[in-house]
Amino acid sequence: MFRFLISRLAQAVVVLIVLSAIIFIISRLSGSPVDIMLPQGATPAQRDALIHRLQLDRPAWQQYLAFLKDAVRGDFGVSSRFHTDTLSLVLSRFGNTVLLALSAIIIAIVVGVPLGTWAAIRGGRVDSYISTITASAQAMPSFWLAILLILVFGVVWRLLPISQFQSWSALILPAVSLSVLPFVTITRVTRSSILSVVPQHYIDTAYAKGLPGRVIVVKHILRNAMIPILTVTGLMLGSALSGAVITETVFAWPGMGALAVEAIQSRDYSVVQCIAMLAGLVIIVVNLLVDISYRLLDPRTRIAARE
Amino acid sequence: MALRAQVATEPALPRRRHVRFWFGIGMLAILVCAALLSLPFNSAVYGQDITARLVGPSVGHLFGTDSLGRDVLARTIAGLRISLEISLVSVLIGCGCGLLIGAISGYYGGVLDALLMRVTDAVLAVPVVLLAISVIAVVGGGLVNLIAVIALTQWMLYARTARGETLVIKREPYVIAARSLGAKDSHIIVTHVLPQLLPTTLVLATLGVSEAVLLEAGLSFLGLGIQPPDPSLGSLLAEGQQYIVRAPWLAIFPGVVIFLVVLAINSCGDGFRTVLDRKR
Repeated sequence: MFRFLISRLAQAVVVLIVLSAIIFIISRLSGSPVDIMLPQGATPAQRDALIHRLQLDRPAWQQYLAFLKDAVRGDFGVSSRFHTDTLSLVLSRFGNTVLLALSAIIIAIVVGVPLGTWAAIRGGRVDSYISTITASAQAMPSFWLAILLILVFGVVWRLLPISQFQSWSALILPAVSLSVLPFVTITRVTRSSILSVVPQHYIDTAYAKGLPGRVIVVKHILRNAMIPILTVTGLMLGSALSGAVITETVFAWPGMGALAVEAIQSRDYSVVQCIAMLAGLVIIVVNLLVDISYRLLDPRTRIAARE
Repeated sequence: MALRAQVATEPALPRRRHVRFWFGIGMLAILVCAALLSLPFNSAVYGQDITARLVGPSVGHLFGTDSLGRDVLARTIAGLRISLEISLVSVLIGCGCGLLIGAISGYYGGVLDALLMRVTDAVLAVPVVLLAISVIAVVGGGLVNLIAVIALTQWMLYARTARGETLVIKREPYVIAARSLGAKDSHIIVTHVLPQLLPTTLVLATLGVSEAVLLEAGLSFLGLGIQPPDPSLGSLLAEGQQYIVRAPWLAIFPGVVIFLVVLAINSCGDGFRTVLDRKR
């Protein structure tokens, strides 16, 4: 277990370093930032001074090392729009994104796990209806669903607030529209995981003992089918935390994704870099935790690794 | 309780699956025909009629008109054509690059493999929309950049899968035979490895097209993709959101088209996958 932890951790760090290199290269594709930063009518001497101050006259690998060193210390520079520290600006929005992502995942679990279980246990017509529902939900563009929700609940029925975050009811519509993709995945994984548990001998034993169906489903089937469901929920949480860009923009939700779009529109590159790095970090950490918890929860994977 | 008897078999009712596949093919055929037949009607896509602004769905304009009096039906179909073109080209590029990277990585192994796969992991760690918008932020929007960016978000999955399959293929007797006859590595990769990867790739690429359609629509929705006055399914929806109170049809019809095209492509992809699984 210890060796597994170390090697997985090392792998995560390597991926993180490669990611920072990619972000660095992308940010340099735009050419020199000097021309944007200089005031009009600046002299060549002022230009050289700025190039020297930004260390753009040094070789690219030295610039990258400097970028990496700053990134490790959490120094992503100053936002050119808000004139504040980039990292603290991004982190101030991160809390709202966490709130939104968690709500979406909870909705997806509460709806998806029972539906997936029902589809697997009942089979036949029910299964086929539920797979039609998930296929339709998968084809639904999240922003179109968002617009339809705004139209129905905000404009026609005037039940719920449709933008910003002024009351808790404002959380409902964005969370519902963000929950669709995790819902599809969780429902499908629940169904196939349960189908792989049902033929096991211990389920036969439970039936032979004469246990009621409900007890078998909850205590024997669902419990043993839980690991893939937990894993995929973790992965979905990672992508919801970092991928809520469009949903947040539609609802003007003050989160990290909406900040990324604003930053791009105002050419605030340091904020974009910081968000890309933070989102990548979140996904890498979540994947790492999922891998580790998989080992902890299912003794079979540990034995398989040893053999 | 007769619970055991009702447990679902893994592919949910094969016959229904069949129905869904043919529904997908049929729907896709209708949409593609509509997109192609709309080519000669460019004047309707851009033609403004200030006297008929924001008119609801009627006989003259089945989907209504937008804020400049343009026909929403014509713009939606033209947007569908542009979206499909962008998605197909970017999936072809992304798929080609991914296959090549995966095949080379799996075939040669060693340091090159480790390096290529860590780069793949790193790009996979950035959420697709965020990856796309941070590249567009730097290189700018427009048709060519949009295709390149969507291709950039696509190649990783093909590379991963191709690498895994190549690891198996390179131990097959025919590859060893070719090598012992003195064939060059490049020859083996092109004639023996890549063709073997195609069936799996077809399934992935079909689903990739629907992802590309959604991503293109999302980027254009954010104003980072196709620029007005050119229509795209995403930019039409963005316009629809502005007029959501006065003219809800602007947001409804383009969304229905995105929904149908993605559903149709996914149904085809699932159908291909079922066929492929049965062959194994």
